[in-house]
Amino acid sequence: MATRQTQGLARLMRAPAIILLFLWMIVPLGMTLYYSFLNYNLLNPGMTSWAGWFNYQYFYSDPAFFAAIWNTLVLVLGVLAITVIGGIAIAMLIDKPIWGQGIVRILVISPFFVMPPVAALIWKNMIMHPSYGVLADIARFFGASPVDWFAQYPLTSIILIVAWQWLPFATLILLTALQSLDTEQMEAAEMDGAPAHARFLYLVLPHMARAITVVILIQTIFLLGIYAEILVTTNGGPGFASTNLTFLIYRAARLNFDIGGAAAGGIIAVILANLVAIFLMRAVGRNLD
Amino acid sequence: MARATSKNARIGWTVAAWFVALLIFFPILYTIITSLKTEQEAIAGFNLIPSFTLESYQTVQSQNNYWRPFTNSVILAVGSTLLALVVAIPAAWAMAFSPTKRTKDILMWMLSTKMMPAVAVLVPIYLIFLRTGLMDTRIGLTILLMLINLPIVVWMLYTYFREIPGEILEAARMDGASLRDEILYVLTPMAVPGIASTLLLNIILAWNEAFWTIQLTTTNAAPLSAFIASFSSPQGLFWAKLSAASTMAIAPILILGWFSQKQLVRGLTFGAVK
Repeated sequence: MATRQTQGLARLMRAPAIILLFLWMIVPLGMTLYYSFLNYNLLNPGMTSWAGWFNYQYFYSDPAFFAAIWNTLVLVLGVLAITVIGGIAIAMLIDKPIWGQGIVRILVISPFFVMPPVAALIWKNMIMHPSYGVLADIARFFGASPVDWFAQYPLTSIILIVAWQWLPFATLILLTALQSLDTEQMEAAEMDGAPAHARFLYLVLPHMARAITVVILIQTIFLLGIYAEILVTTNGGPGFASTNLTFLIYRAARLNFDIGGAAAGGIIAVILANLVAIFLMRAVGRNLD
Repeated sequence: MARATSKNARIGWTVAAWFVALLIFFPILYTIITSLKTEQEAIAGFNLIPSFTLESYQTVQSQNNYWRPFTNSVILAVGSTLLALVVAIPAAWAMAFSPTKRTKDILMWMLSTKMMPAVAVLVPIYLIFLRTGLMDTRIGLTILLMLINLPIVVWMLYTYFREIPGEILEAARMDGASLRDEILYVLTPMAVPGIASTLLLNIILAWNEAFWTIQLTTTNAAPLSAFIASFSSPQGLFWAKLSAASTMAIAPILILGWFSQKQLVRGLTFGAVK
């Protein structure tokens, strides 16, 4: 099949995708890198000058930066903990011989298809609102005073919303992995008298290890970029209590018009994302051979 | 599972699974229910039975000009996906059927572009859009969404195409099929299911995109994700109306999503979990 003619044709067929993605990667990133060394504010574009490392130093010395890095970590790890543990539990539950498995699957997967602004607004208004939300109704029913979620626990509230959106993803992938588990092996272990927790620890968990890794890595990529959920609920506040790195950079660029500072923040975000990406590429790359 | 399970255990698991499933689905269900209430009912405390009024749907459509963002969503999601397919089908085809030593590296590199955080290129993309007049235009956003999803499209198509056995081509050639016949009658029918799944998943991803749509639109090109985000303050839209707008924004994609569960796993894990 690999004659010279078909190889030439193959190169021609590959070229547009490769060129487009190459430009998409290199041009904006190069511009970000360049801007990160400029004193450049959109409110005062005439005063643009070379800044050296100033933007990085400024970003680094800003207390909001450390708050944002911390919040990013808490957000990512919090959502990962809920979705992975919850996902394993729910996947095992759905995998049991139950009636209506198809419908249960559909109900569980649904939140994943809800766009982020809608998910956040549903939770903000229908569920967590201190006077009209369902949680407030429940609290009043038990005689407790309702919690003002976004004022008292802004970051926790956002973690709950994002976890709700990503729990279906984790569940679906872990369920797919679970269903490829050899039932004969499980039966053999059961006949040999292995108790349920031993079967889970030594058979189920090792079998799902790869899927769990994939869930963690892919979710991390998306969770580092959480934006709309914060925008429509807390707007990053109170103060910087629910500002993550993405939101901090957005504020610098769009609200402070600080092009240089936002670009320096962007480069820091790229470095962070790349640390995660290296691991993901290894996990996925192994599957290619 | 092949094991015999007692009926009681089965009932127990079924009840538990349905309870968890309904709990997870509850926010969506309650939104649909609230969208059928009047505004007074909507804030009158917990109530699962609405008065089944379509008032809110009518108000959202007449007052908030719902159809413009809806049309924008359709154009952006479908347009960017079709554009991506036009570029990706030949590329994935070439990589699957005449792979070279570098094919794997190229695929990994494509995947790596997906790892770039959107916010890192917010500044340059925003400035480019501002200076070239692409700001708040459908064409600008369509191209951008196409670029964002291109790596996933190439990857998904590649994993599907790779499953088409090469022997079938040889067999066709032995029977005297021309290259045109090969593509038209042998490969295309086998490739269509993969292309359809890719199309479906990417429409879902593009429809739900909410970073760039919010950054790069105001009114003209704003799709539903940006439209709904503008109602973050409750005075803009009351409970029942917010629910109606939300229900209309998620219903089409929820239904598409239910049909593409299996492809979702494969597409979003880049073939790492099947």
